[in-house]
Amino acid sequence: MGTTLSEKVWERHVVRRAPGEPDLLYVDLHLVHEVTSPQAFEGLRLAKRRVRRPELTLATMDHNVPTNDEPAEEISARQIEAMARNAREFGIRCYPTGDPRQGIVHVISPQLGLTQPGMTIVCGDSHTSTHGALGALAWGIGTSEIEHVLATQTIALTKPGTMAVIVEGVLPMDCAAKDVILGIIARIGTAGGTGKVIEYRGAAIRALSMEGRLTICNMSIEAGARAGMVAPDEVTFAWLEGRPFAPKGVQWQQALDDWRALATDADARFDSEVAIDASALRPYVTWGTNPAQSVTIDGDVPDPDALPAATRESARRALRYQDLTPGTPMREISVDAVFIGSCSNARLEDLRSAAEVVRGRHVRSGIRGLVVPGSMGVKADAEREGLDRIFTDAGFEWRDAGCSMCLGMNPDILRPGERCASTSNRNFEGRQGPGGRTHLVSPAVAAATAIAGHFALPSDLR
Amino acid sequence: MEPVRRIVGRALPLARADVDTDQIIPSQWLKRLERTGYGPGLFEAWRKDPAFVLNDPRYDGAVVLLAGANFGSGSSREHAVWALLDAGFRAVVAPRLADIFRNNALRNGLVPVETDADTVAKLVDTVRRDPTTSIAIDVERSTVEAPGLRATFVLDEFSRTRLLEGLDDIAVTLRHERDIGAFEAKRPEWLPRVR
Repeated sequence: MGTTLSEKVWERHVVRRAPGEPDLLYVDLHLVHEVTSPQAFEGLRLAKRRVRRPELTLATMDHNVPTNDEPAEEISARQIEAMARNAREFGIRCYPTGDPRQGIVHVISPQLGLTQPGMTIVCGDSHTSTHGALGALAWGIGTSEIEHVLATQTIALTKPGTMAVIVEGVLPMDCAAKDVILGIIARIGTAGGTGKVIEYRGAAIRALSMEGRLTICNMSIEAGARAGMVAPDEVTFAWLEGRPFAPKGVQWQQALDDWRALATDADARFDSEVAIDASALRPYVTWGTNPAQSVTIDGDVPDPDALPAATRESARRALRYQDLTPGTPMREISVDAVFIGSCSNARLEDLRSAAEVVRGRHVRSGIRGLVVPGSMGVKADAEREGLDRIFTDAGFEWRDAGCSMCLGMNPDILRPGERCASTSNRNFEGRQGPGGRTHLVSPAVAAATAIAGHFALPSDLR
Repeated sequence: MEPVRRIVGRALPLARADVDTDQIIPSQWLKRLERTGYGPGLFEAWRKDPAFVLNDPRYDGAVVLLAGANFGSGSSREHAVWALLDAGFRAVVAPRLADIFRNNALRNGLVPVETDADTVAKLVDTVRRDPTTSIAIDVERSTVEAPGLRATFVLDEFSRTRLLEGLDDIAVTLRHERDIGAFEAKRPEWLPRVR
């Protein structure tokens, strides 16, 4: 019997295997940011350990950085300085704020061509699953594991299970990659992928751009999965060719031959399979406080009593928190803020899609609109195309790169009770600021919502 | 890490499903540079409600958290585990824990006790009826016990040994440094180096 993509990448990285022990896996790339790493570096210092392979490690600053001209508040500045100091002390390359390569860690690595098929990639951030879009096996780790990887360039893990999510058919015009993954999570639930690596397969996945695939893999963790992957193909190779860290010349040809062998074998079996019909998907809006609590934009806020028994109590809690009444059409819910950003949806294609909707229009009065590019590179590319002007003319704020309002660590937060249409990945209670209410949507729906003042599709706008 | 053999004491019946790590410790607490001092941030938003179970003095001193399914979902922040430890918890009992949270718990000696939903529900009932009930978790035998109830939980051999012996993971791995070096010598040339 053949093997799957994730199993192939796993097997290639086993440094040591012993009965009754987890596999010791080699890590090809370790991405580091300012928020989850300080305690790991401190651990190294206390134990007088060094970083084993600084050249397989890249640091940046994203979670905590200001995205406007204001200086960082003191406690955040301390953390940003600690990142710079730790990188210097341990010999790690860091792209700090002010560097043209700085940005959200999961945006910059694919953009630089550092993320490549068949690699193992870890980072102290759950959205590390993003990198699976290029056929890498990538997952989030905690701070103790960060310290372990820094010291040993390996990680000890039990082999995860395999799961195929097969999306066949053609996606409707107004649906984006975000709607595909929200649809998948609505179907399998927030724990549907626990203990497994999801491989996204099928014609609708193949038809997506690399940026769309990054959006899908990004939210694998929202289905509880260890990681998410897409088999590398011509889309992947075209994306990578010529990027700064991509192989060149003879090595590019060697790499291509290697990468083509990674796809899941025809006779391989997955532990579980889920089939999704792309043509039946619609743009999604979340109503609740976890990413599985969503309906299509044509739907209404659900009645908890009509939901499966196991989900009723959390639905009731969510509706209380979100201040929503069952039966309300989603299109009638108005928002106070619109956030276009995050490692889910802040790449160039996402910004283009939102700009297309707002071009020549204006953000509804009273709504705060924020566009935060995923990296300074994305920002520069967008400005070359004039997207910044389209957004600012429409009344959006155009910011520097960072995680910003996705997780509310910097001053970009919702005020208590404010409601936000957000292209980010988590609608947890208080995620965008204490008391804030988050609804997850695609960039196009976020943009149309900013113009209409309530949840809307681009085609709803006059 | 300190060895963990047996945990005995009161339990707090949280009993909510899908509790994400943003609830366990909000992101504002992630600006600190230390591993300790997160206890006051534990469930910070929910604690503002006087009726929240963590504010119930009858459960003061609880060492076991009785959680719902998919506890610890979302962010990879190890701060969630540090906050629970800092607030005195030594074990989390749930029908299922989120993957990264479970890994982080094991790395810090917070015992992840995944057992069937029926057992968790019975434990919740028991401590709601009598908050002074003592629950005993035995790592070596992988058992959780309360008066009139005994159940087992899943813990692989390697994780059990690590908890019982309080092993330093990095020191364990560095015993295999020769294997790591041999692997590195065979890595393809085209793989990226950050320089």
